Amino acid sequence: MIQLFARDIRLAVRSGGGFGLALIFFLIVVVLIPLGLSSDQSALALVAPGVLWLGALLACLLSLDRIFGLDYEDGSLDLLATSPLPLEAVYIAKAAAHWLTTGLPLALAAPVLGVLLNLSFDAGKVMCFSLLLGTPALSLIGAFGATLTLGVKRGGLLLSLLVLPLYVPTLIFGARAVHSASLGQPFDVPLIMVLAISLGAVAILPFASGAALRINLR
Amino acid sequence: MNSTSKSKHLWNLFWKLANPKVFMGWSGRWLPWLSWLTVLLLGSGLIWGFFFTPDDIRQGSTVKIIYLHVPAALMAINGYLLMFIGSLMWLIRRQHVSVLAAKAAAPVGMTMTLIALATGAIWGQPMWGTYWVWDPRLTSFLIMFLFYAGYIALWAAIDDDDTAADLTSVLALVGSVFALLSRYAVLFWNQGLHQGTTVSLTDGTKQENISNVFFLPLLLAMVGFGLLFLTLLLIGTRTELRMRRLKVLEVRERMQ
Amino acid sequence: MMPDLGEYAVEVTVAYGVSLLALALVCFLYIRRSRSVKRALTDAEARKDA
Repeated sequence: MIQLFARDIRLAVRSGGGFGLALIFFLIVVVLIPLGLSSDQSALALVAPGVLWLGALLACLLSLDRIFGLDYEDGSLDLLATSPLPLEAVYIAKAAAHWLTTGLPLALAAPVLGVLLNLSFDAGKVMCFSLLLGTPALSLIGAFGATLTLGVKRGGLLLSLLVLPLYVPTLIFGARAVHSASLGQPFDVPLIMVLAISLGAVAILPFASGAALRINLR
Repeated sequence: MNSTSKSKHLWNLFWKLANPKVFMGWSGRWLPWLSWLTVLLLGSGLIWGFFFTPDDIRQGSTVKIIYLHVPAALMAINGYLLMFIGSLMWLIRRQHVSVLAAKAAAPVGMTMTLIALATGAIWGQPMWGTYWVWDPRLTSFLIMFLFYAGYIALWAAIDDDDTAADLTSVLALVGSVFALLSRYAVLFWNQGLHQGTTVSLTDGTKQENISNVFFLPLLLAMVGFGLLFLTLLLIGTRTELRMRRLKVLEVRERMQ
Repeated sequence: MMPDLGEYAVEVTVAYGVSLLALALVCFLYIRRSRSVKRALTDAEARKDA
């Protein structure tokens, strides 16, 4: 399992798709929003939490179909299925690799990009923290969606359609926490909810995804 | 004693219907009656509501929209519930009727969601002064619409029927968990800017909120919508069962 | 024939129009697909038996 995890990370780094692409996409979103919205500082501060969370969410979405897609096409997923490693563990390893190459860099970059949107330093810290807690859920849910659309050719759009509604609670609580923090209000409840969603996803989704993988490999 | 044996009989019938042959025979026998009853009740409910109910003092004639809005919303939620139960039963008992019923329920449920949203928006413009507010209830319905869309799209995208049935069922189960979670998240999210008094007729205190002049036609319309849903569900499930049989026959033909 | 709908006549009529149209559409689609599948199945069964 650890070998699989390490291999996935190596592949992501080598192909340049992991760290780089998602981060640059995130940056572009954050640059485009003020251009489309307004350059007014107070208005930007108001929407900053939502924009950063949305940007991170969309950046996460970009690389989802690659989690299983290549392995499914070249048959290595079939090999993994016959190995003693349960498919649930394969799913966890892959989701974890996706998180490490996408969610973690996004969470670390968010407070820096928050400066562009006039987000205060304190709120930036909460931003980083909420993304650290929330992006595991994004990776897990996304990887689950990827197992569902495995057999669909060019399933990228379908994958987004399936995954985005599932992202709703995470987005609401995550953005809410940062929003409250930027107004100087308590933000512990939404943060706990984000954590709860991540933990719940770890608890439930491996079984659903393992089942979906088995169905697809049948 | 009599009622328990009767409910036992119904329960047995319910499980027997999981057999496609029994289902086709039973639904074929009842469908014509059901269709006519639907036309009768839905027609009379809506005609009563549209032509023969008084206007509300505050809402004027827009109160008549309620005879569409509330039944459609009810059926949208029931449709989702049915989709969930059908999927769950398929994963546990592997009987095609249940998952095909779930498949047939989804488009009807989505249409009902759309009607509830549209009539709500049309009612909202004169009453609230806006077509749309991000009220928790409205938002939840919009999210439910997205879940319906995803479920239908996944069915359409996968070629192999049994694979599609399995994967959409997994989606329906996980999706339901997240739909429920979204419902609470949305309530939480909107705490700060809650829209004021929405005259809510869907609360449990219905009879107290609304006088009989409005309630009876509303009840009739709700029963009518329910029957319409059931009729379309039976038609759709029968179509899907036939489609399955057709595919089997086609494969057999090609083999020869 | 038409009841007096007062100042909201347009809204109420549009709401009924849109809803009935949607219901009619979904009924039409279900019935049409039901008919075509039924016919195709009857043909296939006939071919099999022939």
